[in-house]
Amino acid sequence: MEVFWLLLSLSLLELSAALPGSHSTRRPTDPAPLQSQTQTMATGDLVPTHFPARRAAQVALHHLNTHHGSPFRVFGLQQVHTATAEDQVVGTAGRKYSLDFSVTDYGSSVCFRSMTNEGSVLRCSAEVLFPRTETHTHTPPEVHLRCEDLTHISSSPEELAFYQKHTAPHSAISAHDLPDSQGNISQDMQPFWHLARVAASFIMLRESSENTEYNMAQVANLTQQETSEKQLMLKYHVLLHDIVSQEIIHWKLLCSWSPEGGVSVLETEWLPKCPHDTGPPTAN
Amino acid sequence: MKGLLVLTALFVAVFGKVTFEGDQVLRITAKDAEQISLLKELPEQTLGLDFWMEPVHESLPVDVHVPFHSLQAVRAFLAYNQIQYNIMIENVQDLLDDEEREMVKSRAFPRSTDDFVYTTYHDLNSIYSFIDMLVAENSMVSKIVIGQSYESRPLNVLKFSTGANRPGLWIDTGIHSREWVTQASGIWFAKKIVTDYGRDPVLTDILNKYDIFLEIVTNPDGYAYTHSRDRMWRKTRKPNPGSSCVGVDPNRNWDAGFGGGGSSSNPCTETYRGPSAHSEPEVKAIVDFVKSHGNLKAFVSIHSYSQMLLYPYGYKSTPAKDQAELHALASKAISELQSLYNTSYRYGSIITTIYQASGGTIDWTYDQGIKYSYTFELRDTGRYGFILPANQIIPTAEETWLALMAIMEHTKNNPY
Repeated sequence: MEVFWLLLSLSLLELSAALPGSHSTRRPTDPAPLQSQTQTMATGDLVPTHFPARRAAQVALHHLNTHHGSPFRVFGLQQVHTATAEDQVVGTAGRKYSLDFSVTDYGSSVCFRSMTNEGSVLRCSAEVLFPRTETHTHTPPEVHLRCEDLTHISSSPEELAFYQKHTAPHSAISAHDLPDSQGNISQDMQPFWHLARVAASFIMLRESSENTEYNMAQVANLTQQETSEKQLMLKYHVLLHDIVSQEIIHWKLLCSWSPEGGVSVLETEWLPKCPHDTGPPTAN
Repeated sequence: MKGLLVLTALFVAVFGKVTFEGDQVLRITAKDAEQISLLKELPEQTLGLDFWMEPVHESLPVDVHVPFHSLQAVRAFLAYNQIQYNIMIENVQDLLDDEEREMVKSRAFPRSTDDFVYTTYHDLNSIYSFIDMLVAENSMVSKIVIGQSYESRPLNVLKFSTGANRPGLWIDTGIHSREWVTQASGIWFAKKIVTDYGRDPVLTDILNKYDIFLEIVTNPDGYAYTHSRDRMWRKTRKPNPGSSCVGVDPNRNWDAGFGGGGSSSNPCTETYRGPSAHSEPEVKAIVDFVKSHGNLKAFVSIHSYSQMLLYPYGYKSTPAKDQAELHALASKAISELQSLYNTSYRYGSIITTIYQASGGTIDWTYDQGIKYSYTFELRDTGRYGFILPANQIIPTAEETWLALMAIMEHTKNNPY
């Protein structure tokens, strides 16, 4: 345990050394900085509310969800506090973002009215590296992430009850259109929706670049799979939305979950929307 | 018998009730034949009792609707005779009110805009009906048909006006059809304007100097398609020659940096700019309207999602000439918005805040000289995205309205 804290404080120290701490952070009332060239990405201090910092933070969120998400725990970005970017040339070449941000867990909340006051807020910091490759194949980003209090998160009673109920012998859940066109989703189906979001995070993380910003738009359908292991195994068809291209991208995936094991994604398959589609939007 | 006389002495007859406020329905459990007899002897008419289940046999419950003014007497009677009962319905009027609300919701055709259900998403026909009802109910509202969509649907604009030859303020919602909370908010804004005129001093002053133009369904073909076939449809529905893919992104089709980075030349993509600027009738109609009006002073185009308030430019990184003022006004509008439900928005120019986008609406309107040109991205930030739950329509509309009022008020106070 002591070793953990030692390592944690060391890595935090390392982080603070990387950030130019004395530089004033931009506040919303300051005039927006004049970005002389936006085609090439900004370097140095980034405006936390602008898209370069936000996209990188979203990637860190996808990473966080793959590791700590569950049917009752899904993290969303609340705010980026500070962000910097630089070109990394040592080791993997690419663009490295250093971020300080807050996230909120909306997985166990049932309150819809106030989107900003629900769930607990965690403070996180991350480095996100978007590798630059010589070929035009896409390489997934690399994320190093630290959040306060993550170690204190454990399986809740509702999570365990859900797990018991749906790994019982005759459980055969299936559903479609979560939420429906009007945004409705029943209480019973919400954990399956959250689980889809977590599983989709594996795909969104892998597919992300500096030129994408992914969310999950909807679950088209889900079907529980039989398995001999004590796992909740589900086949999903999900719709992802990329804000930058505005495209809706269809993916099929097979995932499995247990409270101790977390979420794993066993298979993924991209579904083209037109016959002549060549591939999902990636870095250009 | 004596008990009964006491009872009637206690009671004052009430005739012709208009409300069931305070009435209760009691379920009485008689324990023997004697109690059943007693119940049968109750003076129904005098007390105004309505037996839902008559006293028949001690093995069967007796359900009776008791008017408010008879309650004390009836309960005294039951207590005196040691007859057991419980309260099945505590207040009959509440139940009727709930039922009325449900009926209004399921009624196919609301009779007025007061009947209209603002807490659900509506199809195109319902919205067109709403528009016509609003015009019929309010002399300050008229409908202008500025053109036709590709599939020949009317492009309806509501004009709110209290006098002639006024400068105008424009708001549009639903240019991207899948962004349902925007059309729903547009409906709410329309009702809000007519409700608040003459009541809210700021809005009244605005309307005494400016006309407000509101296009609720800016892309009706797309909207119909989101109901019939594909909830995620964004573009227009015009076919593209030589391609199996349909539709043009109406927010990349304007003559402002048309064809530049941040729009696509591929008809199969969501940001396809179209064959030429203003090629889409939905866009051309607004262009023609703006040019022929010639005196619009603010132009707000509403989208979802991301929770942002944006100003030009999207197509180039050169700051707008009025950037400082637009930024300061955005800041004010956003803090007004946030004051209601603590919803936090980001703001800035399009190109720095969200992405480069060429051929966008407000870049064109700004370059036409409409200084206060803004784009909103409403709730949320990705949790529900385009399929925002209907119970968020009104909170979203309410908070957005505060931001719109800030923009309109500033426009009014800073004529140019």
